[in-house]
Amino acid sequence: MNLDAFAGCLSSASCLITQTSAGLIIGMLLFLVACGVTLIFGVLGVINFAHGAFYMLGAYLALTAYQLTDSYLAAVLCAAAGVGLFGVAFDRLFMSRVYNSNVLMQLLVCYAFVLILDDAVKMIWGAEFQSMGMPAAFALRPLHVLGGLVPPFYVFLVAVTIAIAIALGGLIERTLFGKIVRAAAVNRQMVSALGINTSLLYASVFGLGALLAGAAGALAAPVRSATPGMGVSILIESFIVTVIGGMGSIAGAFTAAVLLGLVRSFGSIGFPLFTDGLMFGLMVIVLLIRPQGLFARRSA
Amino acid sequence: MAHSGFGRPGRRSVLRAGLATGATLALPFVARGASKQPIRIGQPSILSGRIAQLGISSRNAAQMVVDAFNAAGGLDGRTIELISRDSKGKPDEAARVVRELINNDGCQIILDSEASSGAFAVQEVVRETGTLCIHADSETTSLTADPKIRAANAFRCARQVLHDSIVGGSYAAGIAKAQGLKRWMTCSPDYVYGRDSSSEFLDYLKLFEPSVEAVGATWPKLFAPDYTENVTRILETKPQALYSALYSGDLVSFIDQGNLYGLFDQVKFFAINMADYTTLHAVKKLPAGIYSCNRYLSTFPATKANAEWSAAYDKRYSVLPLNWAWQNALAMQFLVEAIRKTGSDDGKVLAGALRGMTVESPFGAKGTVTMRAEDQTIVDYAIGWGVTIPQAPFVEGMEPADWTVITARETEWKKQKGWA
Repeated sequence: MNLDAFAGCLSSASCLITQTSAGLIIGMLLFLVACGVTLIFGVLGVINFAHGAFYMLGAYLALTAYQLTDSYLAAVLCAAAGVGLFGVAFDRLFMSRVYNSNVLMQLLVCYAFVLILDDAVKMIWGAEFQSMGMPAAFALRPLHVLGGLVPPFYVFLVAVTIAIAIALGGLIERTLFGKIVRAAAVNRQMVSALGINTSLLYASVFGLGALLAGAAGALAAPVRSATPGMGVSILIESFIVTVIGGMGSIAGAFTAAVLLGLVRSFGSIGFPLFTDGLMFGLMVIVLLIRPQGLFARRSA
Repeated sequence: MAHSGFGRPGRRSVLRAGLATGATLALPFVARGASKQPIRIGQPSILSGRIAQLGISSRNAAQMVVDAFNAAGGLDGRTIELISRDSKGKPDEAARVVRELINNDGCQIILDSEASSGAFAVQEVVRETGTLCIHADSETTSLTADPKIRAANAFRCARQVLHDSIVGGSYAAGIAKAQGLKRWMTCSPDYVYGRDSSSEFLDYLKLFEPSVEAVGATWPKLFAPDYTENVTRILETKPQALYSALYSGDLVSFIDQGNLYGLFDQVKFFAINMADYTTLHAVKKLPAGIYSCNRYLSTFPATKANAEWSAAYDKRYSVLPLNWAWQNALAMQFLVEAIRKTGSDDGKVLAGALRGMTVESPFGAKGTVTMRAEDQTIVDYAIGWGVTIPQAPFVEGMEPADWTVITARETEWKKQKGWA
């Protein structure tokens, strides 16, 4: 514990800028993965334990697309679309068969796919880590803001993620599709009774969640080496985000992800040996005060 | 019940006698068949995940030695079979895999190619089973230096953190003195190897250059995906120099993320594990001027034997060898020499032969490496430090270490610890 350094950081503009931007970038990537988890749970009532594997798949698809096209934009789009389509197929072929089963059965199917995808990645891309490297457009010196350092690539990542969050919020809150999704989250039988193709709806939601995880993997690829099994650690943190934000709440996932990112970045200054502990501590406090999470409604 | 008496043997007696005779006559053939059984060597290692290159290069290098031994006729026709298993870098899985190799696969010898986290678990299993074991990838000093952890049937054929720290501390002290680097920080993986490496490096750095001050440390988790919090903490602490024992994919991610903040323009970076080919190739924007120990370089030691070994490995696997490769090749060479010398696959006999054994090796500082008897660990292997450049040979200005200095400091250190 280094409270002097922590206090010093809070009173220094440069430290505040550097640590806040660091917290935002940690939080934004977490949000992209966590909002997929929360979206799928909110509508389908399924906890997708394979979501980390989708993130991994996104990173690898981006790596290949980048090697083939030398375009980072194409890499991100290919990875997001590819993982989105994979998510649709995964839902239709496997998950749809266990929607009405107990959680253990769903967990088993997801875990099987975590192992299968890890091995598939080993066979296709190899067991060793791979690095995309920074695209030339972002290989720039960091920006100096009030004495703090902010990498241009991270500004791009934060901007893209906020744009995705706004678009997602608009999609859910202001479109017909969003209304149907929200209705299905409340009463899926009624939605079905109104003649809406719920199978298609579920596949779309699952695909959208997978697409977001794939996009997160692709966006992270230039700075995080890709390796089989890389989805596990981010999945755990995503669950923490989902629990803190409230299961099924996109706004909750965003707030919790940013909160967690800031806890990690500022925690590393004041409590460098306890940053993981702070994260779990925050989750415990939220669970004690609001067991349903920050933004979810308490179930009846 | 009828009794046959002594005079005339009964049917059952004849059958028993016949079976016994048959068994006796067949025994030499059975025994001869058994003696042609391969000598099984089990190799637990990390074959998947971010440091899969540890296991893959370990397995590749050991297999080359095994193939050469088998091609030369083995031990009176008995070949060596190397059985490699993936522990996925989990200590509990490493322990389970070793038990499986010994109990189910019938391995008489364990070539432990685990990182330190797994090696300590393997050590406890082989201590219990009494199986001969050579640790070929764990560099943590205490594994063989601490008498409480050391086991009579376990050896280490790998570089050692203490040796690297003495050399690294001395080398870094020279640079610190010349460039006025007083404020130092460390960023190493949060497990026994990373902690030991950082603390021992700083100890020797301060010993050789007392004006140096350690101003902070940051401990990312092993296989951490994100180092942003560590990078920004280093930037906030404002050290003049940074030491890191990160390695493999972790080191690549750290450098990629550090580059975003221009970290390496602001601090002198001493990355002990930088000079390994996979890492050097994986970093797309390798900053010039990183100080590194030789993990494995085909140009250090600059001998024909070393270059030829590297070329042979490259030819067979289409990839350049790594630090773990030379350690496992050497470990297997020690085993093969012991098997040839004793004509046995018995663990106790081989252990006796291994203690104090010296072999000719491309990886020796002066062409040989010795398995020191007192603590069953190797000495006289090539160690040096140099500076990275963005293109091949990637490291230049290698300064070789003096083993008389290393052993003198090591003895002093062990006395302080009460381990000498």
